[in-house]
Amino acid sequence: MNLILVTFIVLLAFTSYYFGRKKALVIQSSQRLTALPKFYGYYLAAWCAAPALIIFILWSVFEPSIVKTFILQDYTDQNLTKNELQLIYTKVKALALGNYSGNITNFLDASADKYIQLKGIANSAKVAIILAILIFSLSYAYRSVQKNDRMREPVEIFLKWVLFVASLGAVLVTIGIIFSLLFEAIRFFQAVKFFDFIFGTHWYPAKTFVRDGQPDPELMKDAFGAVPLFAGTFFIAFIAMCVAIPIGLLSGIYLSEYAGRGVRKYAKPIIEILAGIPTVVYGFFAALTVGPFVKEIGNAMGLEVSAESALAAGAVMGVMIIPFISSLSDDVITAVPQNLRDGSYAMGATKSETVKKVIFPAALPGIVGSILLAVSRAVGETMIVVMASGLAANLTMNPLESTSTITAQIVVILIGDQQFGDPKTQSAFALGISLFIVTLFLNVIALSVVKRYREKYE
Amino acid sequence: MLKDIGKNMNNFKQNLLKKRYNAERRFQWYGKIAIGLALSFLAVFMFQIFSKGYSAFQKTWIVTEVHYDKELLLIDAENPSKDDLENADYYDVAYKAMTSLDPGLPEEEDRQLIQMVSYKYETEVKDLLLKNPDFLGKIVPIKLTASDDVDQVHKGNYPRDIPEKNRRVNDYQLQIYDMLNERGDILSEFNISFFTSPDSREAELAGIASSFMGTVFSILVCLAFSFPVAVLAAIYLEEFAPKNKFTDFIEVNINNLAAVPSIVFGLLGLGVLLAVFNLPRSTPLVGGITLSLMTLPTIIIAARASLKAVPPSIREAALAMGASNMQTTMHHTVPLSMPGTLSGTIIGLAQALGETAPLILIGMVAFVNTIPGTPVDPAASLPVQIYIWSESAERGFVEKVSACIMVLLAFLILMNLAAQIVRHKFEKKWS
Amino acid sequence: MSKIKAENVNVYYGSKQALFDVSIDIAEKEVTALIGPSGCGKSTFLRCLNRMNDVIEICRVEGSIKMDNLELNSRKLDVVRLRENVGMVFQKPNPFPKTIYENVAYGPTIHGIAQSKEEMDQIVETSLKKAALWNEVKDRLDEIGTGLSGGQQQRLCIARAISVSPEVILMDEPCSALDPIATAQIEELIDDLKKEVTIVIVTHSMSQAARVSQKTGFFHLGKLIEFGPTDKIFKNPDNQQTQDYITGRFG
Ligand SMILES: Nc1ncnc2c1ncn2[C@@H]1O[C@H](COP(=O)(O)OP(=O)(O)OP(=O)(O)O)[C@@H](O)[C@H]1O
Ligand SMILES: [Mg+2]
Repeated sequence: MNLILVTFIVLLAFTSYYFGRKKALVIQSSQRLTALPKFYGYYLAAWCAAPALIIFILWSVFEPSIVKTFILQDYTDQNLTKNELQLIYTKVKALALGNYSGNITNFLDASADKYIQLKGIANSAKVAIILAILIFSLSYAYRSVQKNDRMREPVEIFLKWVLFVASLGAVLVTIGIIFSLLFEAIRFFQAVKFFDFIFGTHWYPAKTFVRDGQPDPELMKDAFGAVPLFAGTFFIAFIAMCVAIPIGLLSGIYLSEYAGRGVRKYAKPIIEILAGIPTVVYGFFAALTVGPFVKEIGNAMGLEVSAESALAAGAVMGVMIIPFISSLSDDVITAVPQNLRDGSYAMGATKSETVKKVIFPAALPGIVGSILLAVSRAVGETMIVVMASGLAANLTMNPLESTSTITAQIVVILIGDQQFGDPKTQSAFALGISLFIVTLFLNVIALSVVKRYREKYE
Repeated sequence: MLKDIGKNMNNFKQNLLKKRYNAERRFQWYGKIAIGLALSFLAVFMFQIFSKGYSAFQKTWIVTEVHYDKELLLIDAENPSKDDLENADYYDVAYKAMTSLDPGLPEEEDRQLIQMVSYKYETEVKDLLLKNPDFLGKIVPIKLTASDDVDQVHKGNYPRDIPEKNRRVNDYQLQIYDMLNERGDILSEFNISFFTSPDSREAELAGIASSFMGTVFSILVCLAFSFPVAVLAAIYLEEFAPKNKFTDFIEVNINNLAAVPSIVFGLLGLGVLLAVFNLPRSTPLVGGITLSLMTLPTIIIAARASLKAVPPSIREAALAMGASNMQTTMHHTVPLSMPGTLSGTIIGLAQALGETAPLILIGMVAFVNTIPGTPVDPAASLPVQIYIWSESAERGFVEKVSACIMVLLAFLILMNLAAQIVRHKFEKKWS
Repeated sequence: MSKIKAENVNVYYGSKQALFDVSIDIAEKEVTALIGPSGCGKSTFLRCLNRMNDVIEICRVEGSIKMDNLELNSRKLDVVRLRENVGMVFQKPNPFPKTIYENVAYGPTIHGIAQSKEEMDQIVETSLKKAALWNEVKDRLDEIGTGLSGGQQQRLCIARAISVSPEVILMDEPCSALDPIATAQIEELIDDLKKEVTIVIVTHSMSQAARVSQKTGFFHLGKLIEFGPTDKIFKNPDNQQTQDYITGRFG
């Protein structure tokens, strides 16, 4: 039904485009046109499609919730919880669509009938309203065309609005992220105290699993302490940076200051391949090769090493991050003006002295910015830790033990079927919003540092 | 040695100079070592993947003889129709085909032989007859898919010298395997089914067709959603946006969005697309939309950069001809910026292609043993397939994972090449 | 007495030749000015004298440049030691993004000239005094050098150059970014410095060349057209091109 309606609108828009153009040619015989004939076509087509489609979209967005309210009105006197209401509504819908398997009560049956009826009314109303709008807007536009009003300007203003709305897309995504995270996280914090989450040292959400009814508040209190996850996240990120900073920075410096054009031309893109490899591949590598390898070496030295050690996950993550640091610092160092280098060489400094004492300090803000960006990546990295580090949150500072991270826990909690409304599921969103805030903070600082640095040398 | 330049050269300075030159050499070495390390990580990595994965492109068959005995098949008709063959009972025939490899084996030990082929061997026996109805009543040779354990033994990936109780293939099975191998009844052929079969719980039957199609659909959906919006947004921001606080805000927003961890987009997909809009779970449609939100900023940034790269002289020329701003943009600037935009888009899609975490959250990890035909069928994607398989304990999956990684990397390399080619054309135009 | 003697110097940037057979004799403890239209190779020649052209990958220098009879244009020469003895001041002031003190102490530190903190303080003070900057900055030695005014920055760069007591200082249009007062200060400085060091200065200002230099060389299209005492070049040049350039009829 919807498809037919949309197709109809689109076809009508095309028709009106051709009609408008033809009309313009007719007008041309008697008076001067205000724009090229095709603008007459665009004008009609835009007036035809835009209002109808906007109404259509709004209708489609709001219709389900309105229907739902109507249906659930009959159940308000039963004192049901939100979840139960949701369940009933799902049943009603399934029954109405004919794919319900369960026992059918009279009440349910009546609701299903009502649902079908409501849907029918809604559908015909939708078609009627959209047809009315089509007729109205088309006749309005046709009148303007007949009067030979200005045609190009309205079309261009319309286009500009389309462009503007598209540019809001990114803002919408951000708003979507914030709301979807906040929505569930707030419900989580209704069940679990904020401070228990932020300062608690036990993370064991499986404990709260209860089939029916509410979980024991005592259990809840001790199950969602996120400190071990925050610690684990930064610990693994720290290990990763220990690998990535020296290697990345030194390669960046070598590439920008020492390497000849030939080496640079090949080495740089090859190193950047490391950044293009999907993280799940690193995860596989870490879990299957590096983890056991680290364990074997540790055991040979008489150490107790977990096969899912933080060290293995962190080291592999570090390798993944090398190219970020190397190419960002390469860029940053190349941006240091040549005359500083000249000044240092002219004093009789060697290349490494120039790098260490002049270029590096000059590039430091930019380098710090790129390291912060890399840290934010390490903190948000998921697959490597899901596959190679532990799944149990373990508050430890021993790189040979296993530990878990925010991202890994989100995946562990949400993999498979989720039950919305369960504090365990909601806790993933609380973790998500912590992750979002931390990375956003790092990014904002990093981007502004780098931007200021760029401006300094432009 | 060089002669002394000028004055003030003493012993102290001589030593210092030596030290300075040593420091210089050392520093250069650090740089070389760092680059060497980075490159060798890549090399080790590639070597590991290839050495583990190449064997997955070979499939192991066990050749035996099958007797399509009408009686055992329970076919009564004189001239059986296709339906009769379809509905016949192949259990005994298939069973006999395997047990005939060692007729002396006591009946209660038969399972050991049956375990040497895939559990679908009965279907294979059936399919051969359906394809060649004239085999009915005859004894013919047949290829059966070896079980993943035999497969791994044949490929040499499975150590034979560990104690029997730690081995999934026992001594008796090894003995049969050796006998067959000597007879030349173990075949190794190119593994077409790896590319044509959907996922399976059995390593020897699992293929990437389902996840490959999932990836293709997700990427197409991602492209369809992100490309138009991103290009329009870029045009607005680069060509029409007034310089004000709000524009700055949008810009900061885009830059920050590009650095948000991918898993957060997964939460967005779960919390909004699934929970609010009730889109179908586990499908490439939802996966693709989720990825498109993630790719949006990347494409916007690339598109803006290539719009910026269009020389202002072209804009001025068009404006001087009396074209409106909109016409100048749509007729001149945008077409000229397209190659750069496209190449940025391909790179953004390649990033999306490798994403795993957001897809896991929206349920694309479900076990799918059918090949999805539309974007609204449940599916996995190649990276998710890698994750699923690498969580499996069976040895046979290790090579499958590596092979799947090879396919994924090949896909990525192709996309990056495409981006390069598109960009190359672009560069030619300007110089 | 001759300090630097260049013979048949040819310089190439890739396949493009920038200097053709330049031969020149630079006298000790004198100021030698190099003048000529833009792009004629003055900077290129100047940079040969402390091997700064090494920094440019595509640049190739042929011919012989001798300082105190030591061949400068030789592979075996230690450029670090050469540059310790041949300082340079650039067109655009380029103090390091470090404190004023660190800027001046940079050379003495890397070359191990000062053995103690006191000695270093002494060197910094003397250099800044010689560069006529001491009074302006003595209370803010730990401020960042890039925060000074253009003229102060350039004098800081001069202080940096003289901190290692070089025998020769090369100056490439040191005043082109400065106002007349700052220019006058620097010219005064050059006059003072020439008591101890040999100075080679590239300038676009005829009057500056006339004021500060004892010898002048005129470059045109990569060739040294005329070289001689400043008085002679400005009052009575042998070459018509020099005459035209000096009187402003071309360039
Ligand atoms: N790094 C370089 N690469 C290529 N060519 C160069 C380079 N530096 C200078 N040149 C060329 O060498 C020639 C001489 O340049 P040089 O900088 O020595 O001129 P100049 O006399 O100092 O000019 P100005 O008075 O403008 O500073 C010019 O033609 C210039 O184009
Ligand atoms: Mg110059």
